Amino acid sequence: MTDTPTAASAPPKPRNFFSALEVDTRLLGMIGAFVVICLVFNFLTDGRFMTPRNLFNLTIQTASVAIMATGMVFVIVTRNIDLSVGSLLATCSAMMAMTQTWFVPDWLGFGLNNPATMPIAVLVGILTGLVIGALQGWLIGYLAIPAFIVTLGGFLIWRNVAWHLTKGQTIGPLDENFQLFGGINGTLGETWSWAFAALAIAGSFYALIQSRRTKIAHEFPVKPVWAEALIGAIIAATILGFVAILNAYQIPTARLQRMYEARGEVLPEGVIEGYGLPISVLVLILIVIVMTIVARRTRLGRYIFATGGNPEAAALAGINTRLLTVKVFAIMGMLCAIAAIVASSRQTFHSNDIGTLDELRVIAAAVIGGTALAGGMGTIYGAVLGALIMQSLQSGMAMVGVDAPYQNMVVGSVLVLAVYLDILYRRRTGDRT
Amino acid sequence: MTAPLVEMRDMVKSFGGIKAVDHVTIDLYPGEVVGVLGHNGAGKSVLMKMLSGALPRDGGEIYINGEKAEINNPRDARNYKIETIYQYLALADNLDAASNLFLGRELVNQTGFVDDALMEAETRKILARLNPNFRRFHTPVSGLSGGQRQSVAIARAVYFNAKILIMDEPTAALGVQETQMVAELIEQLKSEGIGILLIDHDIHQVKMLCDRANVMKNGQLVGTVKVDEVSEDDMLGMIIAGKCPPNAIPGPGALQNA
Repeated sequence: MTDTPTAASAPPKPRNFFSALEVDTRLLGMIGAFVVICLVFNFLTDGRFMTPRNLFNLTIQTASVAIMATGMVFVIVTRNIDLSVGSLLATCSAMMAMTQTWFVPDWLGFGLNNPATMPIAVLVGILTGLVIGALQGWLIGYLAIPAFIVTLGGFLIWRNVAWHLTKGQTIGPLDENFQLFGGINGTLGETWSWAFAALAIAGSFYALIQSRRTKIAHEFPVKPVWAEALIGAIIAATILGFVAILNAYQIPTARLQRMYEARGEVLPEGVIEGYGLPISVLVLILIVIVMTIVARRTRLGRYIFATGGNPEAAALAGINTRLLTVKVFAIMGMLCAIAAIVASSRQTFHSNDIGTLDELRVIAAAVIGGTALAGGMGTIYGAVLGALIMQSLQSGMAMVGVDAPYQNMVVGSVLVLAVYLDILYRRRTGDRT
Repeated sequence: MTAPLVEMRDMVKSFGGIKAVDHVTIDLYPGEVVGVLGHNGAGKSVLMKMLSGALPRDGGEIYINGEKAEINNPRDARNYKIETIYQYLALADNLDAASNLFLGRELVNQTGFVDDALMEAETRKILARLNPNFRRFHTPVSGLSGGQRQSVAIARAVYFNAKILIMDEPTAALGVQETQMVAELIEQLKSEGIGILLIDHDIHQVKMLCDRANVMKNGQLVGTVKVDEVSEDDMLGMIIAGKCPPNAIPGPGALQNA
C-alpha cells in the first residue's frame, strides 16, 4: 500500500514513466489488445485488414452496439442488467420506419423525402425508447421486480411488438435524409472531417489546460509539464490519424460523378475525394462525450456510481435510488432508439430481425471494457473500446474466412478470458484502481 | 428550563407483528451526550433510524427545539442538522473520500457540474483537523483502514455543522488508539454545544462518555438514568432484567414488581 502524496510543497517524484503520465493502465491494456488484433489480422489477410476501407467499415459496424454499450455501463454499474436492448432497438426501428414511410408521407400528406420527415421520425423513435425504458425502470425501481426478469420479459415483448406493428414486413427504403445516419451514405467529406479534427484537438487541449489550472488553484500536485505535453501530443496524433484514415477511403469515381450531378455540377477531371467521418460515428463520439460528462461531472453520475457501490449508503445519503433506476433505464431506452437510427439507416430499411443478439454484444462490450457486474465500476470509453475489440475480432475472422460457428466460439471465449484478465488485474493492483 | 434539542415522544415502529419500538419517549439537550443501551434487537437502532429519517415511523412525534418536526426521509433529517454515523459506516466503497463526504450534497460550480477539485480541497481541510495522518484522497474508501473510514464518516457529520449527532456504535470497528480519538472528538463536539445520541454496547464507555443513558428492552424503554448516579452493575441489571435502580426514572418497560 502506498500513500498518494498530498503535500503541495514538494512535487512527488514519479515512480516511473507511466505513473508520471497518470494514465489508466487498463485503458493501455485495451488499446494494446486492439492493436494486437489489428496486426494479427493484417498479417493473416496480407494487409487487407488495415486498409482505410476496412477500418472505415469497422467504425460504422461498431457504432450501433457502442452507442448502446455506453448506456449499459450505467445499467450494470447500478447492479442491474438489460436484456431487452436488441428488442427495444427493433421496436424503435419499427416505429421510425412506419413514421417515415407511412405516417408522415401519407397521413400528414408530406410526400416522400420531405425535409420534416427525418426529424419527426427521430423524435418518435427517441420518445418510444424513452417511454419504454422508463417503464421498465419503474417496474424495477418502484415495484422491485428484478431487472433480469423485467428485461427478459422485455426481450420477448418488444421484439414481437415490432413484429406486430409491421406485421412482419420489411419496411423500406427509408427516407433519404434519415439514411444519412447509416454510415457510407452520410459522411462529412474531407474538409469538414479536418475541421472536426481541429475542433476536437482544440477541445481536448482546453480540457487538459483547464484541469491543470484547477489543480494549481487548489494547490494539488500536478503532472510534470513534459507529461502533459506528451499526453496532448498523443491525443492530437490519435485524432489526426483517425481522421486521416477515414479521409483516405476514397469515394468511387462513378459515385462521385452522381454526387456532382445531383448538385447540378460536372465532376472536374482528376478530382478525388475521401469519405471522411461518417455521421453515425460522429453521433457515437458526441454520445461518448455527453455520457462521460454525465458519469464524471454531474450529480446524476455520482449517484449512479454511489448506488452501485453501496445502495444502502446511497439511500441513507438521501439519494432516491428508485427514481435513479428509472432514469438509468430511460437513458438506456433513448440510446437504444439512437442505435436503432444508426442500425436501420445503415441497412436502408427496417427488417424484422434488426438488432437480434445485440443485447449480448452490448453486455459483452461493457464487460470487456471493464464494467464490473457486481456494480460500482465501469467507464464509458472502456465499453466503446470493448465494442470495437469485439467487432474487429468478428470482422477480422470473417475476412480470414473463419466459419460462422467458429467465429462465435472465439468471441465467446474472448469474453470469458477478458473478464478473467480483469479479475487478475484488479487483484494485482488491489485498491489502486 | 429551555426546550430540549430533540424530543421523541411515543415513538412506535412495528415489523410485521413485532413491535420493534413500543411507545418510547426520550430527549436530548444541547451539549449533552445521551446513551441508548440495550441488547441486540432491543430497538435502539430502529429508534435512531426514525430520527435520522432512514425508517418511516408508525407513530409518535419528533420535536426539535420544542417545535414539531416532519422527518420522513434522510434529506429531511439533514435539513434539521441531524447527522448520523452508522455502525457499518454507510460509505460507498467504490468512491473516494471527498465523494463520500459530499454524497447527496455535492458542491457544484456555476455551470452546475460537480466541482471535484473544490470538494477535495474541503475534504483535505476537514480531515487535516480530524485525522492529520489521513493521506489517501484518491483511492476508493474500500482501500482504507477502519479508522480512516471512520474519519470520513465523522468528517461528514462535522463538515455540515451537525447540531444533533447520532452515533451508532462508533468504535465497534476500531482499535484502541482510534477509539481514544473518537472519545476525544465526542468531548470536543459536546463542548461546542452539539447534542449526541450514542448507541453503544460497552457499558464502561457509556459511563465514561455519556451524561445520561436510556436503556431499552424488547422495544420498550426500561428507564433513564444519570450515569454518575448509578453503577455499571445497575445499568447491567436494567439491560438484562429490566430492573430499575431507585434513582432512575422508570419507563413503560421497567420490571413492575421490582
